[in-house]
Amino acid sequence: METLSLLAGGFAVALTPLNIALLLLGCFSGTLIGALPGLGPVNGVAILIPLTFAFGFDATSSLILLSSVYFGAMYGGRISSILLNIPGDEPAVMTTLDGYPMAQRGRAADALAISGVASFFGATVAVIGLTLFAPALARAAIHFGPSDYFALYVLAFITIGGISGVDPRKTLVSALLGLMIATVGLDPISGIPRYTFENYHIYDGVDPIVALVGLFALSEILMLLEKAAIDRAKPIGLDSWLPDVRTIWTTRWAILRGSIVGFVAGVLPGAGASLGSVMAYSMEKQTSDKDGTFGKGDPRGVAAPEAGNNAASGGALIPMLSLGVPGSGTTAVMLAMLISLNVQPGPLLFERQPDLVWGLVASLYMANVALLFLNLPMIGLFSRLMLVPTWALMPIVAAVSFVGVFSISNSGFDLQLMIAFGVLGYLLRKLEVSLVPLVLGLLLGGDMERNLRRAMSISDGDWSVLIASPISITLYILTTAFLGLSIWLARRDHKRTQIRNFEG
Amino acid sequence: MKIFTTTSTTLAAALGAAVSFGAPASATECIAPSAPGGGWDFTCRTIGRILTELDLVDGNVQVTNMPGGVGAVTFAMVATERPADEDLIVATSTVGITQIAQGRYPAPVDTMRYLAMLGADVGVIAVDDDSPIESLEQLTEMLAVDPGSLVTAGSSGAGGWDHIRLLMVAREGGLDSLGDVRWVQFDGGTDAVTQMMGGQIDVVSTDLGEIAGFVESGDIRILAALSDDPIPAFPDIPTAKSQGIDVTGYNWRGLYTGGEVSDEAYDEWVSDLETLYNSEAWQTAAVESGLIPIWRGGAEFSDFVIEEAQAMEEISRDIGVIE
Repeated sequence: METLSLLAGGFAVALTPLNIALLLLGCFSGTLIGALPGLGPVNGVAILIPLTFAFGFDATSSLILLSSVYFGAMYGGRISSILLNIPGDEPAVMTTLDGYPMAQRGRAADALAISGVASFFGATVAVIGLTLFAPALARAAIHFGPSDYFALYVLAFITIGGISGVDPRKTLVSALLGLMIATVGLDPISGIPRYTFENYHIYDGVDPIVALVGLFALSEILMLLEKAAIDRAKPIGLDSWLPDVRTIWTTRWAILRGSIVGFVAGVLPGAGASLGSVMAYSMEKQTSDKDGTFGKGDPRGVAAPEAGNNAASGGALIPMLSLGVPGSGTTAVMLAMLISLNVQPGPLLFERQPDLVWGLVASLYMANVALLFLNLPMIGLFSRLMLVPTWALMPIVAAVSFVGVFSISNSGFDLQLMIAFGVLGYLLRKLEVSLVPLVLGLLLGGDMERNLRRAMSISDGDWSVLIASPISITLYILTTAFLGLSIWLARRDHKRTQIRNFEG
Repeated sequence: MKIFTTTSTTLAAALGAAVSFGAPASATECIAPSAPGGGWDFTCRTIGRILTELDLVDGNVQVTNMPGGVGAVTFAMVATERPADEDLIVATSTVGITQIAQGRYPAPVDTMRYLAMLGADVGVIAVDDDSPIESLEQLTEMLAVDPGSLVTAGSSGAGGWDHIRLLMVAREGGLDSLGDVRWVQFDGGTDAVTQMMGGQIDVVSTDLGEIAGFVESGDIRILAALSDDPIPAFPDIPTAKSQGIDVTGYNWRGLYTGGEVSDEAYDEWVSDLETLYNSEAWQTAAVESGLIPIWRGGAEFSDFVIEEAQAMEEISRDIGVIE
């Protein structure tokens, strides 16, 4: 009850005309920023921070603006994943797997609507979780030690194997490439440069966004160039500009499962939205991919990761607010902003500045609703993008990619690196190697390595520390069960195909 | 303020519009050798703003973010392309000096002229509130007797500043084999503190600013502040010096300029920065972001930087981070 009255107080803070205007502005520009390749929530928040200072907003208003940009960008990330096969930001990588095939089959509107509703649901679950359990969850999350994180990443990597089916060996190669790229840069533990060839530009490692834009956007342009040289590609037809409500309803369990998985991943400090969407997608695939439709445009394959990544980004606010530990890149930027507004996130924030916390929570509820209503009518508009001929669209994609990447670091070297990744992505696609495991290896590999080495430093090199806690043991049991299940499923499918071939 | 961040270019780029920058042009430039949002970025943006407010420069100070190699990209650029540029200042801190001391920059520390430090975050040694360790003396004794008995952690890697200043304390307390202390790197001070509260590690050495919330809430206990005088906001925390361990461990924020800048220009910068340091604007801005205003400027500061780099190099060698 106390929570409810605090929340009501929060709504009173959030429902001023200024704050509502900021909320709408944030949602809209966030969606736009999220949809542009290369520009994700981190840039979105960073771009608007100077505005909050320029207008002299108080901490609550600033936070409302930035959180709505944050949520907006998470919504927007899916748009280019679905329409162009180019993830708008890191967590949207998983959405390309089924979203783009759906769009190619003329169901772009459905995919956009499903992902919109799934995002709404995931984010709402997270905000409700934040309302009810924030301090308690934060207290629980501190018991997750390095070896437990490592077990979590092992689980994530094992399930990647099942993500992009074609040939497990190619998936493995791709994931290993990603892991290798993740080791480039200063060794986090000893500070010694690894694979940098005396080039200071890669001392900080390869920025995942640079790799992502190169691998997906530039390779897509190269693929289209090649196709256009051979035969003029026909524009993809659209079945309908309006989404089909029944299709959305069929994904309801996928959305629910994705939301819960994503929320849990978000609450863990340092795990974040990328892990949330990966886990949500692979869990969903394991549970409901009975007919092998995942990866070919299954609506549930769009719903689960979108619910997952939005739930995770909401969940990530819990460790940020109550512990001061950012759960994702974006919350790290928000944290820095809070500190500069003289707000000290941490165990006392909820007691000392309840107005700020509950105003934020209330504004998140409002941002969710605003985003849903903002996004659904725009589906018609966005799906018409599919009708833009590629000769007009691709130069724009190229321009946005270059500008987006350059704006992160003002570095010409990053542009060269992006082009190199574009060529790598093109070659891998010609070899029919999926790019998704590579990106996941790059995104999650660094944290996985750091946690393994932290566990090793703690135990002074004794490997048994990895299975010393109940949390890690549970995670390994889950991993083994997953592995067993997928082998069993693969065998069964194999047998079925054999029988079918035999009968046929 | 820390992240007044993005340059106008980002804004223009992101909105896909050609926004022309309205700010009056100025020759003065401050390079933050990091992405927007970190301590160096804060140094440039705050100092840049106050320099303009106090009319110490013409127009606005242009802040450029040039991340890469923990400052090495910027250091190399200034050394080769702009060693005599009198309008250029670059943010640095203890973190940058540690990198130089360990040979991770393309040139030695005296390649640049160090102008001043204007504030510092104070290093602290902390334990969990229900830890059996009650005093710094008890901690140093335990480490001296059995260096591997405790798991220590902080926000830097092995050989980073958090690690080195803990070892300086331990060495002063009688430990010889510095390399035997178990050290765990985390991505930030709060990460390390929450892991300590979760029981994964025993001792944290890091800056006070980031973890102050946990001190106020009573979740952790500070054994010692590595400063000359007690910290104004926490007068009850004893300094290491008052407990017989003569070690200070500031994470100072300061500026350097090119190595071939003339003496007149150098002196003018130092006196401008001293005016800035004494302004109310800086004193407020520094305290708000968790820093303690501390002044060292000109030759005194240069000597201090070079001495600190030597001390770091020595310890790094002792623990085998460099050869």
